[in-house]
Amino acid sequence: MDTILQTAHLKKVFPRKDGEDIVAVDDVTFSLKKGEKLAIIGESGSGKTTVARMIAHLLEPTAGQVMLAGEDITNAGGAKLKEVYTRMQMVFQNPVDSFDPRCTLGDGISESLLNHGKSKRQAAEMTKNLLALCGLGEEFAQRYPHEVSGGQCQRAAIARALAIEPELVILDEATSALDVTVQAEVLDLLNRLQEDRGIAYLFICHDIALVQDFCDRVIVMHEGKIVEEGIPDEIINNPQQAYTKKLIDSVL
Amino acid sequence: MSQAITPTIRVQNVRQNRLQRKLWFFGGLAILLILASFFSDYLCPYDPYLQDMSLTKAAPSAEHLLGTDRYGRDMLSRVIAGSKTSIFSTLLLVGFIAVFGSIIGIICAWAGKWVDTLLMRMSDMFLAFPGLVFALAVAAVLGGGVHNAIFALAAISWPKYARLARSQTLALQSAAFMQAAKMAGSGTCKIIRKHVLPNIAGPILVTAMLDIGTMMMELAGLSFLGLGAKPPIPEWGSMMSDTRNLLPTQPWVTLSPGFAIFFSVMIFNLLGDTVRDYLDPKNRK
Repeated sequence: MDTILQTAHLKKVFPRKDGEDIVAVDDVTFSLKKGEKLAIIGESGSGKTTVARMIAHLLEPTAGQVMLAGEDITNAGGAKLKEVYTRMQMVFQNPVDSFDPRCTLGDGISESLLNHGKSKRQAAEMTKNLLALCGLGEEFAQRYPHEVSGGQCQRAAIARALAIEPELVILDEATSALDVTVQAEVLDLLNRLQEDRGIAYLFICHDIALVQDFCDRVIVMHEGKIVEEGIPDEIINNPQQAYTKKLIDSVL
Repeated sequence: MSQAITPTIRVQNVRQNRLQRKLWFFGGLAILLILASFFSDYLCPYDPYLQDMSLTKAAPSAEHLLGTDRYGRDMLSRVIAGSKTSIFSTLLLVGFIAVFGSIIGIICAWAGKWVDTLLMRMSDMFLAFPGLVFALAVAAVLGGGVHNAIFALAAISWPKYARLARSQTLALQSAAFMQAAKMAGSGTCKIIRKHVLPNIAGPILVTAMLDIGTMMMELAGLSFLGLGAKPPIPEWGSMMSDTRNLLPTQPWVTLSPGFAIFFSVMIFNLLGDTVRDYLDPKNRK
C-alpha cells in the first residue's frame, strides 16, 4: 500500500520568556498508509495534538518535514495549501466550537464546496447527501450549532470534513467531548465511512481502550517523543515501556 | 427539576418582552430624531436665518412656539434646523470612527508583529491627547468650523474601536471554527467577511450606540467654545453660547437648544443601554 502521510523528525519548541523553552514535540517520525487507521495516544501534554496541528498546517513546526503522498508540504502556502486541504481534513475536539455560531451547519459544510468551484445549488444538494451519509436529516442544514446536541454537531463536523472527499482525515480527540454511547455511534459512523471510501484516519486520542477495536496501529507518545509503536492488541497485552504500562493500567 | 426551571424561563420572557418594548420605543424616538434632522428644511415653520427686527426677543407665543432670539429669528425653526448639524454630524462621526477603528483593529489582529505594534502605539498616542486641547490645536491649524471639529473628535476617538475590534478578533482567532474555515480553503478576505465581521459586529455596534450621546455632547461643547459650527449656522452648542447672556432675561432663547441637546443625548444613551441589554446573552430566551 502507498503511503499517504509521512512526518520526518518533527519538532516544536515553544519559546518562553524566562529562557527555559518548552519542547512540546521532539523528533516525531512516522508514516501512515492509504486507508489505514492510525492512533496517537498519550496523556494531556504529551504533544499529540501539537503533532496533529503541525500536520494540518495550523501550527508551524520548528524543525522537520511533513509529506503528503510523497510531496513535501511543510512550507506550503496560498494556492498550494488550498490544494493540500482538499486531500487532508480535520475534525476538532469540541464540535460546537468548530462551527461559526452565526452560520448554520449547512453553511459550514458547504463552505469548502463553494470554495472549490461548486455552484450554490450543487453545494446545497451535496450538503444534503453528506448529512444523510452521517445520519442526519436535511433539516439540520438550517440549524445553528447551539441548537443541536454535541453528537449531532460532531456528525455535521464529520460531514464537513468529508465534503471535498479527502484521502486523510485527522480526528483530534474527535470523540472526547461526547458521552460514551454517542462516542460508540460516532466511531461506528467513522468505521462505515472508512470501509466505503478508504479514507486514512489519524486518530488523536487519550483513551487506549477506545482505540483497541478501532485502529490498525497505535503510536504512544510521552513528553513529546514516540515511546512505542505497534498493533493495539499487542501493545495492550504486552507493553514494552513503563509509561505505556501506566497508561494502560489507568484505563483498564 | 422542571418546577425549578419554569419560573426562571417566565421571568426571562417577561424581561425579554419588556426589553423589546423599550427597544422599539427608544429606537422609534431615535429614528424620529434622525428623520427630523434629515427633513429639517421642510419642517421649519419659518426660515431659520430670517431676521425680523420688529420681533426681537419675543416670548413664546402661538406664532412663535419657542419665541425669537435677539435678531427676531424664530427659535423653533433654528432648533429644528440645528438638528441637521448636531445629529447628522454626530451620526457621521460615530459611523466613521466605528468603521475606521474596526478596520485598523482587524488589521492589527490579523497582521500581528510590527504592524500591530506600530498601529497600537499610534492609537496610544492619540488616546493620550486631551480632546479639547487637540480640538484647539486643530482649530488653530485648520481654522474653526464644524468639519474641523468632527475631524478633531474623530482623530482622538477611533482608538477605542481599534482596541475593541483587535481584542475581539484575537479572541476569535483561537476558535476552532476559524481553523475549520481555513481548512475549507477560505482566503483571508472571505474569513474576515464571513466569520470575523458578523461575530465582532455586536460589541462594536453597542459601543457605537453608547458613543452617539457622548459625541453629540462633545461636538456641542466644541461649538459652544467657538471651535465648531460658526454663527449664523444654527447648531445647538453655538446657539447656547451665542445667547448665554440672555439666560436671566429671556431664558427660552438659551434653554430651547439646551433642552434639544439634553433630550437627544438622553434618547440615544437610553437606546444604547437598551441595545446593550438586548444583545446580552444573559437576557436571551
